[in-house]
Amino acid sequence: MKSDRALVAHLMRRAGFGATPAELDTLAQEQTYEDIVEDLVNPERFEELDEAYIDRYYSGEPVALHVGKWLYRMVNTRRPLEEKMALFLHHIFPVAWGKSEHGPSLYTEIAMFRRVGLMDMKTILLELSRDPAMIFWLDNNENHKDEINENYGRELLELFSMGVGNYTEDDIKAASRAFTGWTFRQPLSLYPNGHYPAEFEFLEDDHDYDSKTFLGETGDFDGEDIIDIIVKQPATARFISRHLYNFFVEDELQVPSWKTEPAKNEDAIAQLSKMFLETGGDMRAVLKEMFNSDWFKAATSFKKVKSPTELIAGVLKQTGEFSDPVPGIQNFAITSLNGSLVEGPLAIMGQRLMNPPTVEGWHTGHEWIDSGTLSERVGFVERQFEDLSKPGVKDMVDRVGSLDDDPSQLVDRCLDLLGSINVSEQTYDSLVAYAKELSSIENDDVEGSVGVHNLLQMTASTVDYQFE
Amino acid sequence: MTTKPSEKTLVVVQMTGGNDFMNTLVPYTNGHYYDARKKVVIRENQVLPINDELGINENAAPFKRLYDEGKMAIIQGIGYPDSNRSHFRGMDIWHTAEPDRVGSEGWLGQAVRELDPKAENVLTGVNIGAGLPRAMAVTGVPVTSVGDLEGYGVMNRIEQDRLKNKALETFKGIYGQAIGTGPVADYIGQTGLDVLSGADLLAEVADNYESTVEYAENPIAKSLRDVARIHLSGLGTRIFYTQHGGYDTHANELAGHPKLMTDVSGAISDFLDDLEEHGASDNVTVFAFTEFGRRMRDNGSGTDHGTGGGAFIYGKNVQGGLYGQYPSLDPADWEHGEDLKHHIDFRGIYATLLEQVLDVEARPIVKGEYEQISPFRA
Repeated sequence: MKSDRALVAHLMRRAGFGATPAELDTLAQEQTYEDIVEDLVNPERFEELDEAYIDRYYSGEPVALHVGKWLYRMVNTRRPLEEKMALFLHHIFPVAWGKSEHGPSLYTEIAMFRRVGLMDMKTILLELSRDPAMIFWLDNNENHKDEINENYGRELLELFSMGVGNYTEDDIKAASRAFTGWTFRQPLSLYPNGHYPAEFEFLEDDHDYDSKTFLGETGDFDGEDIIDIIVKQPATARFISRHLYNFFVEDELQVPSWKTEPAKNEDAIAQLSKMFLETGGDMRAVLKEMFNSDWFKAATSFKKVKSPTELIAGVLKQTGEFSDPVPGIQNFAITSLNGSLVEGPLAIMGQRLMNPPTVEGWHTGHEWIDSGTLSERVGFVERQFEDLSKPGVKDMVDRVGSLDDDPSQLVDRCLDLLGSINVSEQTYDSLVAYAKELSSIENDDVEGSVGVHNLLQMTASTVDYQFE
Repeated sequence: MTTKPSEKTLVVVQMTGGNDFMNTLVPYTNGHYYDARKKVVIRENQVLPINDELGINENAAPFKRLYDEGKMAIIQGIGYPDSNRSHFRGMDIWHTAEPDRVGSEGWLGQAVRELDPKAENVLTGVNIGAGLPRAMAVTGVPVTSVGDLEGYGVMNRIEQDRLKNKALETFKGIYGQAIGTGPVADYIGQTGLDVLSGADLLAEVADNYESTVEYAENPIAKSLRDVARIHLSGLGTRIFYTQHGGYDTHANELAGHPKLMTDVSGAISDFLDDLEEHGASDNVTVFAFTEFGRRMRDNGSGTDHGTGGGAFIYGKNVQGGLYGQYPSLDPADWEHGEDLKHHIDFRGIYATLLEQVLDVEARPIVKGEYEQISPFRA
């Protein structure tokens, strides 16, 4: 063993979407923890998924299909951190299909997140400001030289970079003026067969070239200048560091309270902010600093609640049902199909991927859990682990063994197989008692439907399984 | 614990995003309105007048009917002090009734705690929709949130009785033991136990309900139909909450806002009709609110975030009509030189609902004395 298996399991959950038992075996045996981190932050070392191959099976414009396709990527990518950063950016720069010109704009936005997620903050904010889906979502196409629309200018400062309290209403107006003329163009539509994605367009005639004062600096700024000023603000370094910490390490309070409430770990935020300011917000450097820190490693015991996406992608990785692009993956996602509302588990758990509720995105942490979403979380794992024909389920059931085995060993193996998860002592005892009961019920069971998978289901239904 | 649906019940509809009050209740004869709204404007021939000055957006025709029947109270010029126009902060303030600091306890969650101090019924407060709004959330106060009424509960798929009983018992043990092991585990543990008790109660709801009212096919109609189904089952729910999204109409407002008006007005009137059909409309009050109104001037295509707006109270028990004054449209009176000025503090309306509908003392929840209105029939 070159690295600690449980720690690697933790890293792969946080920096990706978990790992199968076989993957964990290989990683822990062959690589040190630091080497694994190095691989994660350098995704170009690994081959990309073959888009053309995936498209052959998952083609079409409906959003559900594309959410499904994204889940497929999360489950199968060899570049997990790239996919996790795309999800991170979707969390903090939420754009919803519900207000978009058409699906393809949103799909190209997520692809852009995948491409720039490990680059520097200037590139990320610049690409974001040029992104047609974002432009339409926050109405920058309606932000004109003589008639400014503040929507993008305001949210860029409040939600996407600095946070409330670090700028004035006048700064918002100046930023909005600097982004006038930043719009998009729509190539010829293929309707009724589908759409081309839109393209960024700068309309010189509609741009306000007059002098502006923004955060104390004056000049004939355009959007890029505004972003340059934003990226060097300590407030930006701190705000993005808090977002990274909240997403990867430990659940923080909801964003509106950040203005007044200190971070859970101020030293960690200071460490990340410092790296951010030194590197111009190079995500690769900041993330590496984070994954190699002691506080990240200690976070195995933090009760960080899985998002619905993390829960579902993690389980699908375990079941192995979608290790090839077989039909059906969009069913986890469907937000609407053919005009009728059919909610998939992602939506019922509270995360309509690609369709966040508002510009503030999702409330995370324990707010993912309420009686309705918990009911669906438990129902979901129940459904996923009951079908022994799925290769991952069969593999796990084989690895767990027979219900006649020693019940504590059965439970140990279940916990290990589901990702070296920690459970409380009492939960452990309850699971052992359940394993004993299952063995007795199995002996009297005439239909043969009771088995080890029931123990896997229960293990994945525990309180502790809700944590990353 | 089950009660008949005869206790007074509050149904809150959150119009998420900031509804354009001026284009909902339109000052259709006021020159200032037309001066400010060059493009995003509802013209005189597009309103259903309720008097010589104001008319309801024609897309919300069911609201006009409710208004004429005396079942709709319109609260004009509601808001909160020192708005910073953020959705984030705005909704937070409405949810916690704390404009001055970041509050942690939802105002309705606190009401649930007062109504059911021993937490005897997990259905005292019910949210319909995916995700519990902060308004309903208070640590330690059980509230049921139903994303999918048909699939609610756990271990539903196990058919064998003995196994199912064992599985439920084990689940209950695991979630029960989590309580007392730290704040998040506490919360999740308690939620697990609440799911078990709620599921037992809700199991019969779908089978019990019959109605001739045909709700439209849209999310808010579906949600209010679920409210009706649960309410009519008499499970003791006193507060229902649901959301209707899409009101952040910065652009293309004239294309998007009409459907919102149609959907929300149709859903609320169908809901009241449904209750009427079941002889259960006397004690149900619907309150519809939004986090802020929109800017006086349009931006050419839509409207930006503003401050003062309007809220609505509906029900058979309501004394219909206009409450408060329509905020002055004269540019000399605009707040920040561009916004409608609010003059009814939202906490006064919360106090009205808490004390006059739910019989809960408002002061500790809204943290002070705010002027109430009297929107109910004696």
